[in-house]
Amino acid sequence: MTATKAPTERPAKQGAVRRPGDRIFAGSAKGSGIFILVVLAGVAAFLISEAIPALTAPAEDIPGGEGLASYIGPLVLGTLLAAVIALVVATPLAVGIALFVTYYAPRRIAAALGYVIDLLAAIPSVVYGFWGLAVMAPALVPFHEWAAEHLSWLPFFAGPTSASGRTMLTVGLVLGVMILPIISAIAREVFSQAPALHREAALALGATRWEMIRMAVLPYGKSGVIAGAMLGLGRALGETMAVAIILSGGAGATVNLISSSNPSTIASNIALRFPEATGVGVNTLIASGLVLFVITLAVNMLARWIVNRRADFSGAN
Amino acid sequence: MAKRIEVSDLNIYYGNFLAVQGVNTSIEPRSITALIGPSGCGKSTFLRSLNRMHEVLPGARVEGKVVMDGQDLYGSDVDPVNVRRQIGMVFQRPNPFPTMSIYDNVIAGNRLNNTKMKKSESDDLVEKSLRGANLWNEVKDRLDRPGSSLSGGQQQRLCIARAIAVEPDVLLMDEPCSALDPISTLAIEDLMAELKERFTIVIVTHNMQQAARVSESTGFFNLNGVGQPGRLIEFNPTEKIFSNPDQKATEDYISGRFG
Repeated sequence: MTATKAPTERPAKQGAVRRPGDRIFAGSAKGSGIFILVVLAGVAAFLISEAIPALTAPAEDIPGGEGLASYIGPLVLGTLLAAVIALVVATPLAVGIALFVTYYAPRRIAAALGYVIDLLAAIPSVVYGFWGLAVMAPALVPFHEWAAEHLSWLPFFAGPTSASGRTMLTVGLVLGVMILPIISAIAREVFSQAPALHREAALALGATRWEMIRMAVLPYGKSGVIAGAMLGLGRALGETMAVAIILSGGAGATVNLISSSNPSTIASNIALRFPEATGVGVNTLIASGLVLFVITLAVNMLARWIVNRRADFSGAN
Repeated sequence: MAKRIEVSDLNIYYGNFLAVQGVNTSIEPRSITALIGPSGCGKSTFLRSLNRMHEVLPGARVEGKVVMDGQDLYGSDVDPVNVRRQIGMVFQRPNPFPTMSIYDNVIAGNRLNNTKMKKSESDDLVEKSLRGANLWNEVKDRLDRPGSSLSGGQQQRLCIARAIAVEPDVLLMDEPCSALDPISTLAIEDLMAELKERFTIVIVTHNMQQAARVSESTGFFNLNGVGQPGRLIEFNPTEKIFSNPDQKATEDYISGRFG
């Protein structure tokens, strides 16, 4: 009854014809947006509901017998340590590579180098793990010893050194190599898009190439580099296989990067313990996964905040 | 400060392509020299060769001489960076650095040239340069805002302020008004008339009325056909070019019979 009346009650919209192509595109775009939110909410809901038993369980039921915080705490520390080492090593290197490829290298070398860097991203992480274990770890043993001798006043290099080199430092460096292509690919992209207009403005003022890069390229690419670094950090935080293979972890909270007793990381700990976990043990691992989820979310929000902070000056307007 | 530029037998190449051929001319100090001609005739290329900005493109090179008060700009021991510090440039599209404030934009060139400046000195320089560009009254209350927050005409005057802040000898302007409305264009033209007291100015323009309004001398560039090099057809006092040019081609172009 209302169906027959509806057309007369609702005034027909003038002008805007809804074409099927528009409608399909708008619908699929909206659908994708909703889909990602549903997936995110589903994952979060699963993590929270499965983590609740661990949150409410008495301390002695948690693996290790000392409660949830003292179980997850060292894992969080290990995760952050490895990821921060990776980021600190990889970001300047990636920016340097990107600048070299975009503004310094002869065109042919630049293209070849670009491919090589991209190839690094194509290596599966399990291969990185074996490479780290077989090559990097032994190769880094002398550096470990040198650090223990000369830098032991820093708590990070307190020693005693690990004989095998399977340490947090090695893991961080391997992760650094793994995230290098992500950061440098994004940095390269944004640097190459720095507007010619502003590069010429700098050169016409009498800037050298480095000064031109500092005035017109780096400020323009800053937010892109931060975004790339955060993507890399996300990968380093969540990396499972390489860490599980290289690190002989599980030894409580310590910031000593070069000893044979290291905290494990959340992701590799889950991978190693999950097959044998039962009861509250499973919930505990999922609770640690929830913590990783929150950390990654916080990192991404922080990155977005940094990028937006000086949006007026970003060069996008 | 203003200096004379002597150009003799200048050929400009991009790779193997000869873009501009055989330019001989003399650009007078404390005056405005306009370069006119159809698109693609090499007038912008010639302008950019005066401060070696065309070298930004790979493969660009010149034959011949460009001498500024006895100093060969293409001498083997001359650093293009130093040439550009003496010969400033204003571009077709306003290009203030978007990541810098208005204040920082003005002294960007000075920050390159000398490392340290006292706050009071740089404040004075910013005010002087912005006054020189007739922009001070419009922006004095918002020097910390980004340069890109200004209107197009204001941005172009900011770029002029930035260029004159380093006290160059010569100011090159590559169609500085072509992206601006008539009011802003008038503001820039008035400004040029003031600036020529202190600088040698060379301006490329597609607007012949503008050339006739602002310049003392005018050079007409043309090319015989696509793929041919551009040439300086005629270089004379502006009055003569627009009333009684020596060359038929100049007259045809100015009277709108072609181009």
